[in-house]
Amino acid sequence: MRFFHQVWVVAAKDLRAELRTKEAINSSLAFALVILLMFSFAFDPLADTTREMSGGLLWIVFAFAGTLVLNRSFARELPNDCLDGLIAAPISGAALFLGKACANFLLVLGVQLVSLPVFGVFYSVPWTRQFPELLVVLGLGTWGMTVVGTVSSALTVNIRLRELMLPMLTYPILFPALLGAMELTAELVNGNPIAPDKLGFLKLMIGFDVIYTAVSLALVETILVS
Amino acid sequence: MTAVAVDGVWKFYGDYPALRDIHLEAAPGTCLALIGRNGAGKTTLLRIVAGFSRPGRGRVRIFGGAPRDTETRRKLGFIGHGISVYDDLSALENLTLYGRLYGLPDPRRAAREWLERTGLARVANGLVREFSRGMRQRLAVARAFLHEPQVLLLDEPFTALDDRAIAVLQRLLREALASGRTVVMSTHQLREALELATHVALLTRGQVAFHGPSTPEMAADPGYVYARYGEG
Repeated sequence: MRFFHQVWVVAAKDLRAELRTKEAINSSLAFALVILLMFSFAFDPLADTTREMSGGLLWIVFAFAGTLVLNRSFARELPNDCLDGLIAAPISGAALFLGKACANFLLVLGVQLVSLPVFGVFYSVPWTRQFPELLVVLGLGTWGMTVVGTVSSALTVNIRLRELMLPMLTYPILFPALLGAMELTAELVNGNPIAPDKLGFLKLMIGFDVIYTAVSLALVETILVS
Repeated sequence: MTAVAVDGVWKFYGDYPALRDIHLEAAPGTCLALIGRNGAGKTTLLRIVAGFSRPGRGRVRIFGGAPRDTETRRKLGFIGHGISVYDDLSALENLTLYGRLYGLPDPRRAAREWLERTGLARVANGLVREFSRGMRQRLAVARAFLHEPQVLLLDEPFTALDDRAIAVLQRLLREALASGRTVVMSTHQLREALELATHVALLTRGQVAFHGPSTPEMAADPGYVYARYGEG
């Protein structure tokens, strides 16, 4: 119980600091909306081919917008050497990591849930028809992205070009999760249920999330203490 | 039991040995002043003792435990170069946060008590970004003392402090020493440090050049240790 309390304390601190400044969430949301608008000009929203790749378009937007939130995750600890304060505290690296990952997850999911109706309007897709399933896919994809992004944020926090390094580290690792998310989202936003032959992608996403969460929890203490 | 024991610690940055075979001890109720020129390895050593960094060789023990053990960290308070408080949170929110992280029974009450003791009670709900430098430093002191640590590790604690903050810190350190706590501080401000220090360790190029009790000669002439044991 103590572990989860510590996770909550770290997550609540990050959410409170972010909601007070809105630095990451404003830039992420603005970026997502602008890219969705630009894509709607670049591709004919009513064409069948556009609908087929709508899942891909949506996750490209989510991935890039998510990076803006994830970049801030450990960078927020740099002013005043706040990371030292957290590392000195009697909490495990795993609790610190999980707290940050939970806060990032909620922030990125928030950006996605605001972007989704805009996407629905621009592309005229019945995205609400399979909403519970869509929410599950969003959750799984976002958790995978958040876990990999948060651990990459910890790795790159002391690097000068961390804004560049984070996506370079994150996207190649994220490929399997993004592939599954894109395939499933394309079906769901067009109002179709997940076909039995696509259930493998759901398993892929679950497996990805479990493996990378476990690996990140095991590695984070080593990453934080040089 | 020894409060802080540093046993044969080496630290390498690449091939360069920043610390070479450091052996130091501090007993409960003593204050060890780590002195030395810039680049002598004081901060590196303190960060290893605090558990922020791993030694290349050797080991550190705090009351017999490794610095990264959860129970050991409860016994440690650290003030580094940064104040380790969040600009976008209020003073009260910052201290309450640390109180929760340290598992204090009533974090908010402890936070208010330490804001009172450091003279920050009237700005408890003010955002730290609006604080003056002296107020920020006093808040950092409150953060380090909040959980009543057995060992205080202070890296240049008097640097950039105003007179009031120096007085607050010295009073708190005296009280801590009187109650049997251990203080290890790195410093260039020898006069302020030697008022409190029971022991002195001089680091020269990553090695201990002198380690022993503080003497009246040192207090009378802060340059004495450097002239006698260091690089002059």
